[in-house]
Amino acid sequence: MIPITVLNILSGDLERFAKQLARKVRQAPGLFQGMPVVLDMQSVSAPEHEIDIPRLALLLGDQGLVPIGVRHGNRAQRQMAQDFGLAVLPDSDGGRESRSAQPSSEAAPAGTPAKRAAAKLILQPVRSGQQIYAEGGDLIVLASVSPGAEILADGHIHVYGSLHGRALAGVQGDESARIFCRKLYAELVSVAGIYRVYEDVDADLRGTAAQVFLREQQLITESL
Amino acid sequence: MTKVVVVTSGKGGVGKTTTSAAIGAGLALRGYKTAVLDFDIGLRNLDLVMGCERRVVYDFVNVIQGDAKLHQALIRVKNAENLYVLPASQTRDKDALTTEGVEKVIDELKETFDFIVCDSPAGIERGAHHAMYFADEAIVVTNPEVSSVRDSDRMLGLLASKSRRAEQGEKVKEHLLLTRYSPKRVSQGEMLSVDDVSELLDISLLGVIPESQAVLYASNRGVPVVMDEKSDAAQAYMDAVQRFLGDDIPHRFIEQQKKGLFGRLFGS
Repeated sequence: MIPITVLNILSGDLERFAKQLARKVRQAPGLFQGMPVVLDMQSVSAPEHEIDIPRLALLLGDQGLVPIGVRHGNRAQRQMAQDFGLAVLPDSDGGRESRSAQPSSEAAPAGTPAKRAAAKLILQPVRSGQQIYAEGGDLIVLASVSPGAEILADGHIHVYGSLHGRALAGVQGDESARIFCRKLYAELVSVAGIYRVYEDVDADLRGTAAQVFLREQQLITESL
Repeated sequence: MTKVVVVTSGKGGVGKTTTSAAIGAGLALRGYKTAVLDFDIGLRNLDLVMGCERRVVYDFVNVIQGDAKLHQALIRVKNAENLYVLPASQTRDKDALTTEGVEKVIDELKETFDFIVCDSPAGIERGAHHAMYFADEAIVVTNPEVSSVRDSDRMLGLLASKSRRAEQGEKVKEHLLLTRYSPKRVSQGEMLSVDDVSELLDISLLGVIPESQAVLYASNRGVPVVMDEKSDAAQAYMDAVQRFLGDDIPHRFIEQQKKGLFGRLFGS
């Protein structure tokens, strides 16, 4: 099974979408470069939504992503996708022509891998300019992370030294991911795309042992 | 076994060439046959700092391109028995250096020399890359100042990933050399301390060279600073050479010198 990132399209406002996407890609450009994505049209499959799928695909392409197909679209959307050369993937529940307008109670995150890989263990300092990505799992750093370094993980991030640089946890959308560190000096921390820069971190917490996590879509920084 | 040592930093103007000359001369004074190579093609300084600029006939690029033999280009430093300089070309640019060419020169030097000191240019581009690629050990020259520390950190990352040793799964031994250190300014909170820099870079400390008038004086005279034995910088460099050769000696020039009564009356 190949893990593929699924992008939930929540509205037809492509201007807003383009801005949100650009912001997200800016946080970790290397991560998104060449990433194949499937567009999930579930939230916009009701007839009143008119999604310009070719334009959406081009917007994604501009940011370096590679749209490869759609799923859960209505008939018109599926046809548009096909005409544009995108694959129409089977619906996750075996295929349905019509769909009721009730949103599912658990919002699918933008793609969580089915299984967690073993944690990635780093024993040397992560130096300025280096980028470490723990794909499919957690990242554990037993040294310090320098200013100008970037560490990313699909799962949690633990830094048992000083964390300068940038730390991005849950980069595939896992909102339960957390960042733990001995000394918080990070230039930027992020969980599932929601980020905070050092300047906005509570002064009392700077330089202390802290954890960063999401609570109801808010990024919380707390003492460990 | 010949050791190849790169003197590098990332940041410009922190004291790489001064250090290459000083460490090279220090090793030679201890009896080791030492060659110092200038990798700063187009902006050569090593020959000036070592007093050889009036005897340059052939240079590094000439040797790589086969215009001259290595022994024709190597210049023996006056008043220093075991010390030789391979000057950089001033008229070419750094594209004239090739990895194969540099490897050939280093292999040939390894036949007769104990130490090969590679004076890196500033930056992280080709010139700096060639200087560090074949290194067994690295002296990372850092000023107690935030941009220098950040650039040194970057360079350490490159040494750990883009050197030949790294490509072969081995390590380049890293040494921190803190230069232009002023204990007085540290105690006034104006300058990063040895502990600050050591904590940020997390590599072993080879030496602390105090800010010194002697460096400029030596440089303008074309004499490596260690030859001026009485100066603080010279002594600090000789201590660094000792540590490089394996002796564990305490660091001097870290504490603010207490001034005697006369010092306080007449300033300093």
